[in-house]
Amino acid sequence: MTISSDDLETLLERASDGISFDGLRIAETDGDYSLETPDNEWHGLDEAALRETLETCEEYVTNWRYWQETVGGEGTARRAFLRWCEHAPLPDADEHTTEGLAVPTRYDALRNGIDRQWGQLSITVRFVDVDDPDGERVYDLWHVDDADSDLVDLEVYDDPRDARDIATYDEDGRYRPLKTAPTLVSGWAFTGLSGAELVETIGFLYPATIANWHRELRGNLDIDHWTETAERQTGIYDVIDELPREAVDWMAEACCVDSQCLRRREWEYDEDDDLDVDGGDGPFPCREPCSLVVAAARKWAILESEEEHTYELELTTSELNQLEELIDAVAEGRTDEIREADVYDGANRYRARYLRAKRVGEGGLEATQVDE
Amino acid sequence: MQALVIAAHGSHLNPDASDPTYAHADTIRETGAFDEVREAFWKEEPHFREVVRTLEADEVFVVPLFISEGYFTEQVIPRELRLDDWDPEKWDSDGTSASQATLEADDVGKTIHYCGPVGTHDAMTDVIVQRAETAMEDPDVGEGVGLSVVGHGTERNENSAKAIEYHSERIRDRDRFDEVEALFMDEEPEVDDVTDYFESDDIVVVPLFIADGYHTQEDIPEDMGLTEDYRLGWDVPAEVDGHRIWYTGAVGTEALMADVVLERATDAGADIGDARETVRDLAGSVADADHEPSAGTGAGD
Ligand code: SF4
Repeated sequence: MTISSDDLETLLERASDGISFDGLRIAETDGDYSLETPDNEWHGLDEAALRETLETCEEYVTNWRYWQETVGGEGTARRAFLRWCEHAPLPDADEHTTEGLAVPTRYDALRNGIDRQWGQLSITVRFVDVDDPDGERVYDLWHVDDADSDLVDLEVYDDPRDARDIATYDEDGRYRPLKTAPTLVSGWAFTGLSGAELVETIGFLYPATIANWHRELRGNLDIDHWTETAERQTGIYDVIDELPREAVDWMAEACCVDSQCLRRREWEYDEDDDLDVDGGDGPFPCREPCSLVVAAARKWAILESEEEHTYELELTTSELNQLEELIDAVAEGRTDEIREADVYDGANRYRARYLRAKRVGEGGLEATQVDE
Repeated sequence: MQALVIAAHGSHLNPDASDPTYAHADTIRETGAFDEVREAFWKEEPHFREVVRTLEADEVFVVPLFISEGYFTEQVIPRELRLDDWDPEKWDSDGTSASQATLEADDVGKTIHYCGPVGTHDAMTDVIVQRAETAMEDPDVGEGVGLSVVGHGTERNENSAKAIEYHSERIRDRDRFDEVEALFMDEEPEVDDVTDYFESDDIVVVPLFIADGYHTQEDIPEDMGLTEDYRLGWDVPAEVDGHRIWYTGAVGTEALMADVVLERATDAGADIGDARETVRDLAGSVADADHEPSAGTGAGD
């Protein structure tokens, strides 16, 4: 028997108020119980008969206990997220969301583990006890790149707070101020987390993504567009609302595309004034310009206030093309990949040093302003 | 349910800036006094804008991990938390006496108790003293020793100096150290001339900063003449003009800071049981011994 007597007692206590959850229905009138599952219904049961009958629908009972007693938190993002993890129906989702799986189907799948992807994370939800499941679930978490790795090859953690260190540096040891940059390092795993711990761990890796996903799911994601965000800034960021409209496009193209950020930009220039750049396909909604973008916008606002001039400088056609290649290589973070001897690549270090030796004198680039 | 949010500056460039915030949050997590404890930042994630919506609790205590009242505590944090009815008047503060204001965050349907910064709380005085004890590895440090509390100085915020002076004054009143001086980086009296202000051979210098960084690890040690070049490091104590200077980094990294955070939350009505004792145990506090009853907070004290 996998239904514990405690579970049964709790269920009976709640039954008088009526139970209706994930296909399980129990109602009581004057000591007479009725019980329903999607496949069966029983009426006129006394307490003893109810107990007996419940034994035949143990999956529904342990499922009820896991969600209503262990997880709880009706209406919370945490609960919705954990249900999403195992494809359970999401009662608080708006109509666009597909229906979830029924209990028996989920229970079959949970024996093998159900995988879900959240940004660069892979989540597996499974039963604690696979042979004799009592409904208790645990969650494993690792980098999608490690999906096929053996646990022994990974650094294994069980404290959510360890996720902070994992999220701090990229592969090259550089600080990651933007947690949703697609540069999360691999090589680690959290195993056997409770639902609450899973949500906490993800909170450290991708802060607020669950809360905003949940709002989006319910159709109440609040979006602050560029102009609102820019206008509310004070102090040294006061200037960012002077950034020209087209520069905001360039900025979004520079920062908010899939190659740079896993968030999907939902903010636009203004409520009915979309930016030209696509918001991307990132899994997490981005509801307003982040602090990194605001900080960068300040720099661009100052730079864009400069006047343009016409300059004259001597370059061969290949040198002009090389400038383009250099900019492109830096913008794409490609400089590390260019081989030492690959002098065919304009962004090769020797090529860049040669160009500097030839065209950049003591006073910088040898260019003359011609529009004075 | 009640939640605690520790609101700090953080950094886009320096990953260590948030270390003290995480450390104090973890200490408070250990006590179990709050159902949820969350770090939030201006420059890191979760940002001030996003943090409240990640909480399940309806009662939220927000404690700014900042030294002084001013631009961040009065404008930036309340604005970014969307506390629409906020007005600095609600703190009714003279620059060092902010306690708390209770506000509704309508967008998330929660009650926010917005507390004054840790830096101006009376309990901060103990942390400074504890820092001196840690620096000299002497729980009875005081006699024959001068103490300097060092702050940034003006930088467009008149309250910045007030906090430094406030605690210096309070430590002076305890008659524990032979001399106590408030010194600054950007205004008179300047930390550059630290030895001019003391007779004592031993001078403990405690920078009233939240996190170690450029100022506490580069500027101040070089300005005081502890070292020619911060990259070479410095001795503790270091000899300067015939004085021994005992310098350790930012006071904000002191473990006892978690206690100040808790005091702020308790002042605002948080129910924390005996969490403060736990924190003081965890922090290995020796400051309890000379903790004046009046320095406490009343509730739960
Ligand atoms: S503003 Fe752009 S870069 Fe920042 S989180 Fe949103 S999508 Fe990403």
